[in-house]
Amino acid sequence: MMMQRGSFWLAFAASTLLYVATPTLAAPLAAATSPVAPDFTLKARDGSNLRLAEQQGSIVVLNFWASWCGPCRQEMPLLDTMAAEYAELGVQVWGVNVEAENDEAKTFLQQVPVSFPIMFDTTNQLAKTYAVEAMPTTVIIDKNGKVRAIHRGYQPGYEKKYADDINALLAE
Amino acid sequence: MQTTSMRYWRNKSSLMSSSRCLLLMTLLATTQLTGCATIEPWVKPYEREKLADPIMAFGRHPVAIQHQAHVRDSREAAKGANGSGGGGCGCN
Amino acid sequence: MAVAGVVVAVTKAVCQKLGGILGTVMALLLLLPTLSHASVLPANRGDVMHHSYQGGGVSIDGPAVMLRHNVGQQWSVSGFHYVDTVSGASIDVVATASAYSETRRESRLGADYLIGNSILSMNYAQSDENDYNAKSASVGVAHDTFGGLTTLSMEAGVGNDDVGRNGDSNFAEQVRRYNYKFGVTQIISTRWIAALNAQVDLEEGFLNNPYRSVRYRDAQSSRGFNYHAEIYPRTRNTSAIAVINKYHLPYRAAISLNLRYYQDSWDIQAQDAELEYVHPLDERFTLDARLRFYQQGAAEFYRDLFDYAKQFNFMARDKELSEFRNVTLGLGASYKLPSWSFWPSAKPELNLQWDHIRFDYANFRDVTVHRNLGNSPDAPSIGVGAEPLYQLDVNVIRAFFSVYF
Repeated sequence: MMMQRGSFWLAFAASTLLYVATPTLAAPLAAATSPVAPDFTLKARDGSNLRLAEQQGSIVVLNFWASWCGPCRQEMPLLDTMAAEYAELGVQVWGVNVEAENDEAKTFLQQVPVSFPIMFDTTNQLAKTYAVEAMPTTVIIDKNGKVRAIHRGYQPGYEKKYADDINALLAE
Repeated sequence: MQTTSMRYWRNKSSLMSSSRCLLLMTLLATTQLTGCATIEPWVKPYEREKLADPIMAFGRHPVAIQHQAHVRDSREAAKGANGSGGGGCGCN
Repeated sequence: MAVAGVVVAVTKAVCQKLGGILGTVMALLLLLPTLSHASVLPANRGDVMHHSYQGGGVSIDGPAVMLRHNVGQQWSVSGFHYVDTVSGASIDVVATASAYSETRRESRLGADYLIGNSILSMNYAQSDENDYNAKSASVGVAHDTFGGLTTLSMEAGVGNDDVGRNGDSNFAEQVRRYNYKFGVTQIISTRWIAALNAQVDLEEGFLNNPYRSVRYRDAQSSRGFNYHAEIYPRTRNTSAIAVINKYHLPYRAAISLNLRYYQDSWDIQAQDAELEYVHPLDERFTLDARLRFYQQGAAEFYRDLFDYAKQFNFMARDKELSEFRNVTLGLGASYKLPSWSFWPSAKPELNLQWDHIRFDYANFRDVTVHRNLGNSPDAPSIGVGAEPLYQLDVNVIRAFFSVYF
């Protein structure tokens, strides 16, 4: 009645190996086949309305984040550095906070201030429109308003991927 | 002396019958291939605020839980089935 | 057609090779949709604890230290060291021997490896006391799937114990243990997460205690009963299944309901139900309370008083195998300390927990009544087998300091 221990270990190893090669990220998409980024208007912290369609000619890095998400918090200072670095080259970084109640987010922003605009998507309407599948999600939109890359999640080193994508788009 | 549970353990192999497994796997494979098993996740990653709250964690204090389990296991016959993974912010 | 043939062949092979339930689990893993989604390693943390158990004439105290640190982006290592200093004597010991003092040390080392949607874990544990050494190792995998709503986990472990007996250098026995765990964690709503855990343990070897005895009626003895060593089966197969629910209330608090059913090849059946409530008062203080009911039936070969010596092939009088129930009431408090200037990213916390457990035994009797009465002629004599049923009150305290970093 004793379990076949040999078969168990075989199954264990097999199922483990099966998931080692799980793909993680979407590679940058070609210009011709890329979808158009859905337009939206949201109010930034300073009260001004920001509309995506008005940013034609600039590259927009859209980052969906929440204060309860560890990797999101880790990423924020790095996005701030990137925003400052690329501001003069026509690149805008927009942070979209997806929390329904944003007290925690505002507290976090006091502790970790950022210079780029933060918008509050309290109804999650924008997150749904952009089909956000992971936290955080960073969408890179080119000068013509097309989605060219979607980075799901954050691990240290991803900021280099964002920079690579931006450099490639600036060269176009 | 044979008892109910000793007989249960002898016949346990019937629970693990490979024909039952085969049936289940065939059913699953069929539903996947015909495309009627696609259920979308109903809690989106950006809706996990409450679940990511530290008070909702399985095992808030592992050092205390180890001790609690140790006290229970040394005074009670029952043991096991108390570990859990998953939950939390689901980030990345 | 060819594809269908291949699928059938693979399915058959998987089922036959792996046998039933395990094969089904593998199939499930293969067929669930896997989005590009990765898990997160546990956070860095250090804890230093003092624990104390008082009850039934026994006092067990000691320190415990736990540390978890992430190494790079994919590894998390953890260590745990725990010491029990036992003094006094439980009722089993008092009846047949005298009080003793003993130290037990336990150490654990673990490593977790994050890859894609899965975390692979390896653990090693060792426990030492002067007459018992236990070693065990386990490997496990936890896999996030279905948009991160479902986590499947499996673990397999093996252990080896070396059993000795104080004062008897010729005594050397072994126990071999295998355990298999399977778990599914499922997010049910934005506020509710549930888990189903199952575990099977297979043990063989010297499963009893070399110092413990069974009691039998003996007309020749002045007290009417006598003792001889307990005799246990050489195997024990156990299974347990538990359901855990956590729910976030409309205000910031969480409630948990856990249920477990256990059964083993010694005919013991046990159930327990636990309710827990966690309530943060403000940014710094959190309170928690828990209530737990446990009941178990006796082992098939357990008896408080046998009719004569060597009555059955297997005989036990360990109260842990008797029929009893217990109720636990627990209270806890956590306090987040202000950040340190020398280490701003660390989050220190003070924690205190107290559990009060009350045991009521249905068929284990307190034989110390005989000794306590002495030889006073006015003292009523208690009939053999009519001693009062044993009751036990235990207080457990855990005080620990934690740092999250």
